[in-house]
Amino acid sequence: MQRWKILLVAAFALVVAACSSGGGATTTAGGGGTPTTGGGEMAEPLTVAFVYVAPIGDLGWTWAHDQGRLAIEEEFGDAVETLYIESVPEGPDAERVIRDFAQKGADLIITTSFGYMDPTIAVASEFPDVEFVHISGYKTADNVATVFGRMYQPRYLSGLVAGKATKTNTIGYVAAFPIPEVIRGINAFTLGVREVNPDAVVKVVWTNTWFGPPEEKEAAEALLAAGADVIAQHQDTTEPQKAAADAGGFSIGYDSDMRAFVGDTVLTSPIWNWGVKYVDIVRQMLDGTYEGGYQYWGSMADGIVDLAPLSPLVDADTAALVDEKKAAIVAGDLDVFCGPIVGANGNTVVEAGKCLTDGEMLSMDWFVDGVEGEAPAEAPTGLGE
Amino acid sequence: MELVTSVLAIAVFAGASLVYAAVGEIVTERAGVLNLGVEGMMIMGAVTAFAAAVASGNAMVGVVVGGVVGGIMALVHAFATITLRADQVVSGLALTLAGGGLASFLGQRLGPGGAPLVGMVGPRFHGVPIPWLSDLPVVGPALFDQDVLVYLLFLVVPAVWFFVARTRPGLALRAVGESPQTADAMGIGVYRVRYLATVFGGVLAGIAGAHLSLAYTPGWTEHLTGGRGWIAIALVIFATWDPRRAVLGALLFGGVNAIQFRLQAEGTTIPASLLNMMPYLLTIVVLVVITRFEALRHRLGAPAALGLAYDREERT
Repeated sequence: MQRWKILLVAAFALVVAACSSGGGATTTAGGGGTPTTGGGEMAEPLTVAFVYVAPIGDLGWTWAHDQGRLAIEEEFGDAVETLYIESVPEGPDAERVIRDFAQKGADLIITTSFGYMDPTIAVASEFPDVEFVHISGYKTADNVATVFGRMYQPRYLSGLVAGKATKTNTIGYVAAFPIPEVIRGINAFTLGVREVNPDAVVKVVWTNTWFGPPEEKEAAEALLAAGADVIAQHQDTTEPQKAAADAGGFSIGYDSDMRAFVGDTVLTSPIWNWGVKYVDIVRQMLDGTYEGGYQYWGSMADGIVDLAPLSPLVDADTAALVDEKKAAIVAGDLDVFCGPIVGANGNTVVEAGKCLTDGEMLSMDWFVDGVEGEAPAEAPTGLGE
Repeated sequence: MELVTSVLAIAVFAGASLVYAAVGEIVTERAGVLNLGVEGMMIMGAVTAFAAAVASGNAMVGVVVGGVVGGIMALVHAFATITLRADQVVSGLALTLAGGGLASFLGQRLGPGGAPLVGMVGPRFHGVPIPWLSDLPVVGPALFDQDVLVYLLFLVVPAVWFFVARTRPGLALRAVGESPQTADAMGIGVYRVRYLATVFGGVLAGIAGAHLSLAYTPGWTEHLTGGRGWIAIALVIFATWDPRRAVLGALLFGGVNAIQFRLQAEGTTIPASLLNMMPYLLTIVVLVVITRFEALRHRLGAPAALGLAYDREERT
């Protein structure tokens, strides 16, 4: 009598577990159009599959990628079919999801988190006819390309806004993990802050999570309590923005234009326009001109990264300054990491007249002068060329 | 001093949901039912409470709905483990997994007109300072400048403690958790007590979720609870099944995150991961102590029949 009941519950648990992992694929046909019947011969649509690390509802990182997916559907209509799976954990699960997409006949698979790098490479070697695009990694193969953006450019511009806005000369920065991508953002932001406000400091708190609504809120509140009146962030949700607004402070968003979700206290947001590159890739695949295996690190000039429109609370002088600097960056006249750059420990990292190389930027593990917080390494000397 | 006050205030605010969930689970476990579904009940409470608050425009309606939903989920666990005598661990885990998936599903369509709840702004609880008391040094802002659900805890915790430790029905509850055979022989309805205790635990877990989505991090984000249900279960062991100690534990668990972020912001160099680990480390210490020393285990109140199904017909 006992055993079958336990088996029943165990079976139920298994079914539930199977259903909850990954949440199941969602298919959407482009433009919502119905398939043509009879008559005209219709080509198979190009199938583009996305693997997302968080729910689209994060309103940040994954939301921005999904906007890119929607841009593809908008652009190509019935010529493409897109698939996606949300909340795929980085690790063995990811490899299973990616392989599943490849087996189902996806033509292009876009994996949108750093931790999908090795699974993507592994699956790609088994499916040479499928093209893969991995976001933010550094490994490539004949059919695996990497795509990322020079987010430090809009980060620097948002630093100008924050530096002008702070009254307490203390800016808080809620940061996920001490990895080069995040540190590069903090440094670029701080260079912007100090350019307009040499007295301001940027305090960094690590949350050690990309996606943790309570942690992000608590970290922001700790920074506000420590005297910060502007909160910037490198996380996946809008919680730091809400905490700043609740405390009567300002904030700088990230990933998407968070002003749309939180209000005008979000002065601006460095944003991703993944659609720009995704549409480009899909167009090349449809034309038959696509060539995989490249490394792409797009800039503001390419449009993959940008600064969201400024809040009406930003004064006209600041807005004019941001416009001027943005134009210089887009024109290629201004580079963020050019000397003289002084490290947090007082070392002159980059001398005047030199600029950091891409390699040095991609391995950055030190803080510039003006950042208060724990960096993995001390600032070195003699970088740049 | 100011740092102490602000950290204490955050510890109370962050710990409130943990107290609700842990006190509920204490009552459930005192009756001998282990419910590992706290995380699932909490997140379902959070999403339905927020949806109900948005629909009705009243945060209190949300709390009631969240509590009811938590109770219904606990009822499923009670049916599986008490009536069907299924394995309590398996059923509880199933509840957590099902709750997490269902909450994500509902979050995408419970908004007005079937819209997603994500990113929506709804009614919420604000801090209501109590005149005079909130001006007390140190404890004033921490205890008397909070939201209504925190104040409600000032009643719930002493009431539950008094009920469990000092009343006849409370004695019956403990008897069922210690030795259901003896309790049955005494004329206590073992099944009824276990059902009531499990559902009560579910209601409090639902309210715990409501505190998250209506006060602590207002709004709905997927994975909102972020493992707090599991912390609550660890907290029950940490508190050795005593509601009063659960409050202390919740302040510690709730405060430690806030404290580690404060310390980082103040520029100290204690590694954050070390601080984050502390509550769990303490839980393991308590677990080792109560497992190692049998006498202490009884004194500290671990229910002897915890996790065991009761069958009247079974001879022992």
